[in-house]
Amino acid sequence: MCLNKVIEQLTQALGEENVLTEKEELAAYSFDATADIPKVVPQVVVTPTSTQQVQEVVKIAAKYKMPLYTRGSGTNLSGGTIPLNQGIVMVMVKMNKILEIDAENLTATVQPGVIIQDLNDAVAEYGLIYPPDPGTVATATMGGSVAECSGGLRGLKYGVTKHYVMGLEVVLANGKVMRCGGKTVKNVTAYDMVKLFVGSEGTLGVITEIIVKLIPAPETRKSALAVFRSLDDAAKAITGIIANKVIPATLEIMDNVTIRTVENYARVGLPTDAEAVLLIEVDGIPEVVEKEAEVVARVCRENNGELKLAETAEERDEIWQARRAALPALAQVSPTTVLEDATVPRSKIPDMLKALRHIAEKYQLTIGTFGHAGDGNLHPTILTDENNAEEMKRVHKAVDEIFEVALSLGGTLSGEHGIGIAKQKYLEKEFGEAGIEALKAIKKALDPENILNPGKILKF
Amino acid sequence: MACYDSLEKIKAEITKCMKCGNCQAVCPIYKEVMRETGVARGKIQIAKDLLEGRLEHTEKLQEIFNLCLTCKACAANCPSGVRPDKIILATRAAIVRKRGLPLVKRQIFGLMSKPRRFRMGIGMASKLQALGLKKIKDKDLARPRFPIGLDMKRIVRPLAGRPLLSQIPEVSKVPKSRARVAFFTGCMLNYIYTQAGRAVIEVLNANGVDVVTPREQHCCGIPVLVNGDVKTAKEIAKYNLDVFARGNYDAIITHCGSCIGAWVHHYHELLADEPRYGALAKELSAKAFDVSQYLVDKLGMREPLAKLNYTVTYHDPCHMVRGVGISQQPRKVIRNISGVTLKEMKKPDRCCGSAGSFSLSYYELSGKIRDKKVTDILSVNPDIVLTSCGACRMQLEEGLYRAGSDIPVRHVVEVLAEAYAKEGGVTSERKTG
Repeated sequence: MCLNKVIEQLTQALGEENVLTEKEELAAYSFDATADIPKVVPQVVVTPTSTQQVQEVVKIAAKYKMPLYTRGSGTNLSGGTIPLNQGIVMVMVKMNKILEIDAENLTATVQPGVIIQDLNDAVAEYGLIYPPDPGTVATATMGGSVAECSGGLRGLKYGVTKHYVMGLEVVLANGKVMRCGGKTVKNVTAYDMVKLFVGSEGTLGVITEIIVKLIPAPETRKSALAVFRSLDDAAKAITGIIANKVIPATLEIMDNVTIRTVENYARVGLPTDAEAVLLIEVDGIPEVVEKEAEVVARVCRENNGELKLAETAEERDEIWQARRAALPALAQVSPTTVLEDATVPRSKIPDMLKALRHIAEKYQLTIGTFGHAGDGNLHPTILTDENNAEEMKRVHKAVDEIFEVALSLGGTLSGEHGIGIAKQKYLEKEFGEAGIEALKAIKKALDPENILNPGKILKF
Repeated sequence: MACYDSLEKIKAEITKCMKCGNCQAVCPIYKEVMRETGVARGKIQIAKDLLEGRLEHTEKLQEIFNLCLTCKACAANCPSGVRPDKIILATRAAIVRKRGLPLVKRQIFGLMSKPRRFRMGIGMASKLQALGLKKIKDKDLARPRFPIGLDMKRIVRPLAGRPLLSQIPEVSKVPKSRARVAFFTGCMLNYIYTQAGRAVIEVLNANGVDVVTPREQHCCGIPVLVNGDVKTAKEIAKYNLDVFARGNYDAIITHCGSCIGAWVHHYHELLADEPRYGALAKELSAKAFDVSQYLVDKLGMREPLAKLNYTVTYHDPCHMVRGVGISQQPRKVIRNISGVTLKEMKKPDRCCGSAGSFSLSYYELSGKIRDKKVTDILSVNPDIVLTSCGACRMQLEEGLYRAGSDIPVRHVVEVLAEAYAKEGGVTSERKTG
């Protein structure tokens, strides 16, 4: 039996403690954080502790043509780590060393299993930060975050993960190790292989080492909460702030459904009749922060926003408590929470929000929307129950329409969650036939046997 | 909630889990084993598989569910408000119903269902323990001479020569009393840390409270419940309820997170379906207080006149801080003692790894979690470590001993009792002076 041979060889290469075969252990790797995605139990789970062990696993998978699914903490929201065709799940969490913090060059070199927050804690001693901060920052691994190109609350000013990855070590599908990029700020040598692997969702290679860029921690920050009776006013404030040459670190929006749910859950004093609230934070040098906060306040007021500026750390916490409560509050309303990731140019935010309201009415669903207004990345969150088959049909239709609208507004399928299984059916709509062919050509060139995370992003 | 009687009853709680994985950030077990089965999310999805027939009640499944400290850190950190601790206990109970208990636990729990025989058993053990335990020189600690159910490397506090209940009078009265309370001693204080038990009575007396310590009281039953033996847990709950319903007390005072949790939450949860005991459990739950909580919230404790000179740090027992939400009161007690400085360690509420019988079954793993705690304690370098739980205390004593430290571990009220006692000295000095 082929599986027995595979297990035998994996055990030989990794040691018994790094190979899980009992069905109860395997069942725990049949899912990730994505709602409404099938569970699939892998045939074996491995936890390598070195690049060399990863190479061994990839070689064994290639030899026996076993699908290989690389995974970090499994916090992803696109079904990207589901072992669709069973095979081997390779969990990278044991490769969790911070190899170097180079304060002179403002870089850190880490293994893929390092938790993002742990890196941030370590560089804080040098007065530095690693800016990408997905909601799962305390749990998600660097490897998974690089593979999914995750975003977060600071995307507007600081960008997403791909803007911070400078170099990678990758185990290719043939088991060989390649390195690309490095510590130099300028690097234009050949194809940008670093960017190619960032966001490749485990389909092109296995990331075993990551060099990231660090930046000086902002000296100070200031937060404000602005309440709007009209969606259009909120939207005008969003574009107005940026048009006035202020790029906030964070510019978040919550719609009325979210406001009401958060208020009901956390009692943080939000006005339940408001159409939208914006949560804004500017950071940087104190003088600049002061000036920028004034601009933010002026623009919000000019657009009929009621503004509350946090004067103390406690007030700042109160403001962000509301935002942090958004997903939990929505999640507690119903058994199943379908969290989407539609992204549009920020000027189209009101159009998108109105479309979402229309879609909710049309399919008789509760959709709460919150998200990163400043960068146009919205999280329409559908509150449903996966045991209700009829309602789930409507959910699926609504999701289809959400992405159709996002694309028609010049947006994209994903701002920070990736494609995985969840959004691959829409991919051609964004990329076109020629684009899909190009993507497939890349995948075929790097993984001709389709061993690495098969069934994700692209269908073969 | 009758979730301990049927796994079906916990289904709604299981469905609430969004599988976000946030529990990984705070689970002490996951940090050590790095396996999805170690953390709440994995266990909850496995419980779901069990409920929906994709997995069976295997030994492996039982092992997975045993691998939990019930420290409730996952529950406190869950954005969806899921109570993984309840799901885990309910699943343990379901597995025990199907597979039964291992022989050793069956024998011990069998003994626990009979309070008198249990007391006799421990009494004999206390007399015979010298045969099995070898005392460590200059320490109040011992290690096993041969495997007596303990890991051979384990360091323990030996049983007290006489249990607390036979050292103290049943009623400790004060002149002009403000209240009359019943003292629920629990096992750790009754059989091991009897000094702490006397301190509870002394500080209550010093605050003008009469203390009755009912002789017939029994273990709170939590060790039995967390091991999935719901039947015995119910028997113990009823027994204690009967004993404490007999006197007309203003309050029932405990001194340990598990005991207070039993009185405040578990008895009612276990017996909710039984009209008489359900109502009684609810009634008495309103009267149950941890000793620090009672001193601070109910009595407005009297600040001792005498001054001590200690720097202390406080370890929050999981069942105290997350189980019943008590963390400020013991700190207030400490701060109310003049001359005592509270220096907080990093993450004072992180589990010490003891988790009662968990440390018996998983000694190595428990030790790794404990050593992280000890490192945090040592970085503060206190004169004394204070806590509110006997099981945590024993775990920390072992950890500190292994780290080569002489820092003692005591219950919060022991230091308070010391301050009150010294107060007497101050007064008499004044008299003679």
